Amino acid sequence: MAKSKLSIVTNGLIKENPVLRLVLGTCPTLAVSTAVSNALGMGAAATFVLICSNIVISALRKVIPDKVHLPCYITIIAGFVTLVQMIVQAYAPALNAALGVYLPLIVVNCIILGRAEMFACKNTVVDSALDGLGMGIGFTLALTAMATLREIIGNGSWLGITIVPESIDRLTIMTSAPGGFFCFGFLMAMVVLYETKTNNKIERKIGCAVKEGEDE
Amino acid sequence: MANLLYIFFTMVLVQNYVLVKFLGICPFLGVSKKLDSAVGMSLAVIFVMVLATAVTWPLYALVLEPNGLGYLQTIVFIIVIAVLVQFIEIVLHKYMVSLYNSLGVYLPLITTNCCVLGVTILNFTNGYNYVESLFCAAGSGAGFMLAMVLFSGVRKRVDAGNPPECFKGLPITLVAAAITSLSFMGFGGIMSSIFGIAA
Repeated sequence: MAKSKLSIVTNGLIKENPVLRLVLGTCPTLAVSTAVSNALGMGAAATFVLICSNIVISALRKVIPDKVHLPCYITIIAGFVTLVQMIVQAYAPALNAALGVYLPLIVVNCIILGRAEMFACKNTVVDSALDGLGMGIGFTLALTAMATLREIIGNGSWLGITIVPESIDRLTIMTSAPGGFFCFGFLMAMVVLYETKTNNKIERKIGCAVKEGEDE
Repeated sequence: MANLLYIFFTMVLVQNYVLVKFLGICPFLGVSKKLDSAVGMSLAVIFVMVLATAVTWPLYALVLEPNGLGYLQTIVFIIVIAVLVQFIEIVLHKYMVSLYNSLGVYLPLITTNCCVLGVTILNFTNGYNYVESLFCAAGSGAGFMLAMVLFSGVRKRVDAGNPPECFKGLPITLVAAAITSLSFMGFGGIMSSIFGIAA
């Protein structure tokens, strides 16, 4: 029993990594991964919302009518996002300034809505909380990996500490928009390469848009 | 007037929502495979963006803010957008069937599209007044459309190419998006010199 609970958490880390395998939450991944500190802050905020909303949605899964489940989920998620916004504004104003509009936009992060639809509405409260934790850590890991690459190449530092000597020029393009796409593309290609070597390649679909499009 | 045009074109080219600000990446990658679906999706986005701004701006400035309820912004805006999208779908279905047939499929995707919620929030972050906000929303939507249409063309070439095995599919699409985004960096600073407004 204990093993299966653990496997729910680890599932989100690698096997179903939300960013690199399920391709969910691409917008914040690209936008916030300019610095490691932002990535960690965003990851923590999203993990908190993910765990809380998974718990509540799973607890209410028999109460929420199927026809209006989407508005209900969004309202629950928006409530927790507002909570996070208040906490960050009060205790981490620097992070609030760095994340800007992407903090309230956690509401429409498809990882959270996606997990509510794929997992929380079918499983028990404890399992859903663990799934939220695993997915949240998986998201944070992917974000941090992206941010590490972009901050070291683009700014010569990691978590604000300069590690590349000043004499080496910085490729500032990596911290701006094109670098984000480029870095994400390369990281995903590396993951695919690894999958091909270990023989568990999966078909990637673009998470949110396509999934809901098929419902129609 | 110059000010409004400045905002509009800044949103289309310099601050392009998809390629510079990373809002609405999912539809950008998901729906840009065919030109007609890219156009349909973008038209629906422009429509919803302008309407959502038209509703949320007065709601925040006249109801929430004066009553000290500014912290409800996120929750109220997303509910307004969800209701609005549903409402538009019903109205189009009943009165404008031809428009519904061309835009209807894309409407449900828009509620969870971050560019709509993004534009309503950013209007306040930027301190725009009502008219400026509407122009900003229209410009952001037009920028979304420009990116979608451009990229559907780029994508046709990319899909016909023969990249290394591990880059096939999504990774090479992302690299192509990087190059498209790179071209938009060239617009930086151009607007303030055209309209004579300091950025």
